[in-house]
Amino acid sequence: MKYAFSFLAVIALILIAGLGSQVPGMQYLFGIVIPYLAIMLFVGGFVYRVIQWAKSPVPFSIPTTCGQGASLDFIKQDKLDCPTKTSEVVARMFLEIFLFRSLFRNTKSELHDGPKITYESSKWLWLFALLFHYSFLLIVIRHMRLFVDPIPFWLSAIESVDSMLQIGAPTLYLSSLALLGGIVLLFGRRLINPQVRYISLNNDYFPLVLIFAIAVTGILMRYFLRTNIDIVNIKNLAMGLVTFSPVINVKIGAIFYIHLFLVSTLLAYFPFSKLMHMGGVFMSPTRNMANDSRAKRHINPWNDPTIKPHSYAGYEDEFREFMVDAGIPVEKELSATKDEA
Amino acid sequence: MYNKGTIIPGLIIFVLFVTFPIWFNGLKAATVPKPELPPGGEKKCVESVEYMRANHMQLLNEWRDNVLRDGNRTVVTVEGKDYRKGLQQACMQCHSNKEKFCDSCHTYAAVKPYCWDCHLSPKEAVSKEETH
Repeated sequence: MKYAFSFLAVIALILIAGLGSQVPGMQYLFGIVIPYLAIMLFVGGFVYRVIQWAKSPVPFSIPTTCGQGASLDFIKQDKLDCPTKTSEVVARMFLEIFLFRSLFRNTKSELHDGPKITYESSKWLWLFALLFHYSFLLIVIRHMRLFVDPIPFWLSAIESVDSMLQIGAPTLYLSSLALLGGIVLLFGRRLINPQVRYISLNNDYFPLVLIFAIAVTGILMRYFLRTNIDIVNIKNLAMGLVTFSPVINVKIGAIFYIHLFLVSTLLAYFPFSKLMHMGGVFMSPTRNMANDSRAKRHINPWNDPTIKPHSYAGYEDEFREFMVDAGIPVEKELSATKDEA
Repeated sequence: MYNKGTIIPGLIIFVLFVTFPIWFNGLKAATVPKPELPPGGEKKCVESVEYMRANHMQLLNEWRDNVLRDGNRTVVTVEGKDYRKGLQQACMQCHSNKEKFCDSCHTYAAVKPYCWDCHLSPKEAVSKEETH
């Protein structure tokens, strides 16, 4: 019942915003103060976390190598899974960030007759993740129509593609359905797969439930609970927020404040949670380093600069007499060095 | 801080993305559209102003389905006045200027209703008649 807490927390947030925004004067808190605080926390926290990561040294060259490394000419190198050049690292990172390639390695072990155990790529996670992340991105971009004026053409283009089925009025967005589907599948995966369920924590469930609630409130507001949801008033408030002159002089339905409060919560929560994988994917040394430790020496930033590298030849020069005394074989004999001296 | 050369530009790009609406608008809020009231001076509509502002698209969609899909052309009577279900037959009779009424808000909110894929605005209707 670990996930029950996440549901309770989100229900509490909905009640706070739903009831709170109905108190006269509190609209300024929920419509202006909290969104500003949330976006400041988001940007500030995000930059802070990235800088903290950037300050952490990478003591070793630790790219994950998942293929044949560069070797002799007649052995084919797996350039994406064991990159040695920056261009190959960039290609690997690109596929990772845009297509979540490493989720292909989500394997499922199965026991067959024989007995034989197989580890097959289970691509469901990859599919759900793609569905979820891209529809969320599309939704964020689509919302920009409420924040900019005039509307750039690409924004209208995205919007008309997203609503191309022309179902109902206001027209149904395909990305809304895809986002809901993606969340339900990702959540269901945590419930149904026993191993994943065992390792799932509240901080895995909470963001899913929160984003689910954001999607549901958004859909309810757009299609069902339209009382006092006049898009002109909402855009006026949104434009006010981004031009630092916000005003609320009309009644906007409670569902709007609930939606906005949940989004503010997500923004404020973002930098201090697992959601920081958005920035972390770029910073991950197991992905963004080239596997070239045999060609280029990786300098550990922790190294004391006063301690110089000590080669074996230098070591033997220093301890030759003692080594010979102890009967340890040496590369250069003692007499030879004495002659040189 | 390590790898400043890539991390700082990356963070700048991130902040530019997030603050897109701020620099795109240049701190100039657009003027809120004021749709033109019926030039004929009519004061009554089929529903209240608040309802129409929030729900007119759903009402029109319902009428469209009634008329075109179910063949139900029952006249809507509100406070003794009859309205035939239809954009041109009811709405545009009073709100005769599409550009100053419909488009003012739709442009502001980036809404592109597909009413006009089939319907003609009164202005267009007049120009069509002249060419025939």
